[in-house]
Amino acid sequence: MPREARAAAPAADRPVRGPLLWALAALPLVLLSGLLGLMLWSGPADALRGEAYPPVEDLAFQRVTLGPDGILATVFNDGPDPVTIAQVQVDDAFWGFSADPGTTLAHLGRTTLTIPYPWVQGDTHVVRVVTATGVTLDHEVAVAVETPRADARFLGIFALIGLYVGVIPVAIGLLWLPLVSRTGRTGLDFLLALTVGLLLFLLIEAGQDGLEAAALAPGSFQGVALFAFGALAAFIGLEMVGGWLRGRRAETGEADRGWVLALLVATGIGLHNFGEGLAIGAAFSLGEAALGTVLMVGFTLHNTTEGLAIVAPLAHERVRLSQLVRLGALGGGPTIVGAWIGGLVYSPIWSVLCLALGAGAIAQVIVQLSRQMVGDGSFARYVTTAPVASGLFAGVAVMYVTGLIVG
Amino acid sequence: MTQIRNRDGAQTKPWSRRAWLRLAGLGSLTGGVAAVAQGTVGGQETPEAVSGPDHRGSAMGPVGRVSTETFDPTRFLRSWNFSDLPADERARFYRETPRSDGTTLREYEMFAIDRDIEIAPGVFFPAWTYNGQVPGPTLRATAGDRLRINFINQGSHPHTLHFHGWHQPDMDGSLPAHQVLPGESFLYEFDADPFGVHLYHCHANPLKRHVHKGLYGAFIIDPPATSPRPPADEMVMVLNAFDTNFDSENEVYAANTVASFYVQEPIRVRVGQLVRMYVVNLTEFDLINSMHLHGMFFDVFKTGTSMTSSESTDTIMLCQGERAILETTFRYPGEFMFHAHQSEFAELGWMGLFRAETRNAA
Repeated sequence: MPREARAAAPAADRPVRGPLLWALAALPLVLLSGLLGLMLWSGPADALRGEAYPPVEDLAFQRVTLGPDGILATVFNDGPDPVTIAQVQVDDAFWGFSADPGTTLAHLGRTTLTIPYPWVQGDTHVVRVVTATGVTLDHEVAVAVETPRADARFLGIFALIGLYVGVIPVAIGLLWLPLVSRTGRTGLDFLLALTVGLLLFLLIEAGQDGLEAAALAPGSFQGVALFAFGALAAFIGLEMVGGWLRGRRAETGEADRGWVLALLVATGIGLHNFGEGLAIGAAFSLGEAALGTVLMVGFTLHNTTEGLAIVAPLAHERVRLSQLVRLGALGGGPTIVGAWIGGLVYSPIWSVLCLALGAGAIAQVIVQLSRQMVGDGSFARYVTTAPVASGLFAGVAVMYVTGLIVG
Repeated sequence: MTQIRNRDGAQTKPWSRRAWLRLAGLGSLTGGVAAVAQGTVGGQETPEAVSGPDHRGSAMGPVGRVSTETFDPTRFLRSWNFSDLPADERARFYRETPRSDGTTLREYEMFAIDRDIEIAPGVFFPAWTYNGQVPGPTLRATAGDRLRINFINQGSHPHTLHFHGWHQPDMDGSLPAHQVLPGESFLYEFDADPFGVHLYHCHANPLKRHVHKGLYGAFIIDPPATSPRPPADEMVMVLNAFDTNFDSENEVYAANTVASFYVQEPIRVRVGQLVRMYVVNLTEFDLINSMHLHGMFFDVFKTGTSMTSSESTDTIMLCQGERAILETTFRYPGEFMFHAHQSEFAELGWMGLFRAETRNAA
């Protein structure tokens, strides 16, 4: 082998240009399309499974809403073969329906079923789709309440919810800034470690939620891979943004690692809250907007700690109020946007993607904070100092306990 | 056979924040902001503010029509001994030969074959059938006749014909030794006894599957010609159901296979004329089935083995394999609903209409 390799080496070294380069690039692609054509023409899989092999029918409900016209359900074909919806049964009764655009769904196709069913406020309903081959797909509306329509009032309510769950708690957390700026080295270590603890908790949570959402999304979208690489992309993206911001600030001679860091933390938390907003909106989208007890207190507690995480890097900075407002809007505002989007155009796959971006952003923020805290010293030694260890522990504990309250 | 995954629901973890959001989410949150946005979202506190669905129109029932090309439930109602076929084609499946004692030798050609049948508009069930239809053809003889049935199994599994009625054990079509293997045939021979409304079905194993896949039919034995039942407009109703997703529960119910067919195509009858229904319950999986007729009563002849009615009612209950003759005379013109009085069965297709017309109108 070595001899052949040596013999081939000079050829590889010669630069190739012009049409020949394109031809070399295209040749494997041409061969590949030929192979694909051959496979489609000869159908080796068909030879294996035979003529009468039943089609693989795999449908998923994407969005179910209740309104004066009855039940609206969006159904998605997640299987490789076309599926025809023949009938609809609601609560074990054949029911009339219309399908837009039609009843036959190609791979990845979707249709919206309008079912004029007299649903009952507060009851449970089961919508069943019967395909042409008799396969059934069920969706349960656990507690039937009318799905709000996307009008100004609807957007207003979601904005208000976002304000309560995301913006106000974060803003309250920001008010710890004066305290943060008066703490000494030990106190700051504790607070930064606390922030890392909070973020570590959020990271784990985002990971779990993202993988859960990935499991709910139709298999064709490869939710887990999407989540992993979405997170990686967010991580790398924020690293680049952080580097760019630092570079720009360095040019203008401002010293402000803290401000950039706070900005990044706010961005990460904002992306996380965006995912949370999506979940809120999705509760409506999937017709699962149930009536429960008010647990706003838990949310407020939980999200207030996020505000603390944002201001912790600003301990030794001079911060204007307008900057604080910007940080608060960046960290909490996306909850509102998320709720709007989740409520209007929910699909599990967007959920996965947003949670992935949130997870990647949080991971990047954790790395940034750790870099700032540790500096050039030993990471292991730094983590085991009393203020840092107790800060980490306190951060995780606060999140755990407030999470416990939310349920 | 076909696979399906449902990713919705049942994914909520008790301690997940997002799961909580999904489940309890908005209701409670809107409750929290109710002071600001009062009555904007349907909360339980303000039921009058909730706009429910429009109740003006009912869209109950399957959508569309089935093709009646291969199986027409209206024609099936009043067909027996292949009377729905043209004479020359009928002769291939059914022959009558008078016997010296005044009875008749009735010879049948029956075959089992796999076929996809349309049980609700657009919903196809991979059935096992007798002579390509579910229910199988109705066989009808007079008490004392001799039946000779040549059964050919053209299906993919072993099948049999198992008749209810008096016969020799080797004609029972039930034991493993009785199974007719694919490609083989068997000649069943027995006398029609006793008179009444009976049934036949496949008794190969696994029994439940062979029955619910569609191998059954009605078998009517008329009383001796010396004492016949009074003339009537007669019809056969086989109560059946289909488990389309093979979860041992039925998704589609019907009288004579097609869900809600007689709602779309009411059974036409005459006011003042005696109507006789031969009703056989062959519903698999559900313990019982029933039949209820609106606006009138009927006389019940359980199993049809007596000429005296046992009951006058408007609802009868039948367990699987149980059957009855029902007689009534429509008093008023108009449409009369009939269906299982199990509302679930009715709404899943076992529902129909009689359209009674006066002689002049028809």
